[in-house]
Amino acid sequence: MELILFYVFAVTVVGGGIGVVASRNPVASLMFMVVSLASVAGIYVLLEAHFLAAIQVMVYAGAIMVLFLFVIMLLNLGHDYRDDLVRGLYAVCAFVVSGAICGILATRFGGTETSPLYESFPGAAAMDLELAERGAVSLIARPLFQEYVVPFEITGILLLVAVVGAVALAKKRV
Amino acid sequence: MLTEALTTSALLFVIGTFGVLVRRNAIIMFLCIELQLNAVNLALVAFSRYVGVEGQVFVFFVMTVAAAEAAVGLAIIISIFRHYRTVNVDNFNLLKW
Repeated sequence: MELILFYVFAVTVVGGGIGVVASRNPVASLMFMVVSLASVAGIYVLLEAHFLAAIQVMVYAGAIMVLFLFVIMLLNLGHDYRDDLVRGLYAVCAFVVSGAICGILATRFGGTETSPLYESFPGAAAMDLELAERGAVSLIARPLFQEYVVPFEITGILLLVAVVGAVALAKKRV
Repeated sequence: MLTEALTTSALLFVIGTFGVLVRRNAIIMFLCIELQLNAVNLALVAFSRYVGVEGQVFVFFVMTVAAAEAAVGLAIIISIFRHYRTVNVDNFNLLKW
């Protein structure tokens, strides 16, 4: 059952991704992107990352995509069906580069579950036990506020800088 | 489910890379970069199911950085659009005007 659900989500993730690249209307691209991101959230649930699934839907599929939609509509690109593909040698290079990445990843991922390193992991059962004991939020909160508290605080500074930078860049010349 | 999740992640990453290389619309390229970030997140979450919860902490950070990056990047695109009246990256050739 879980595996069937996983395959449904995986197909929508990849299909949404192809839709993003293939559709000519930027708004349609964005809608495909939302479908893809929501399906990724579904896969997160199947992988028992409940907190991240919620964050994915709220922050990614919600906030960031609405920001993109605002910009597309602000710049009035919704009617922009012009062809914007690269041509000639660049297109061939694009195919070669993505094919090479695909090949490298395929050879690396082939034997993940049979490698000796995989045996040394705690495994899904141990993670399930911890999840049941502490809950989805506490599970991620403890490392976040103990081991990774300095990066977490730096993230706050990063967001502040991003807000100031975005306002300064996007405002009209005065 | 690890191999399947990693395969999905790899496919998503390749689609994102291909989109960045092929499309010339700055906003679509941006969306494709987000696709790549998501592919990496998916791989991290898939491994965190078996290795430990740290992977999910990294995904949390990646999401924050992606949000900041989207805000600043879109502001730059708006600023460029005001000047050139287009978002096609072939026309962008000035750092300052």
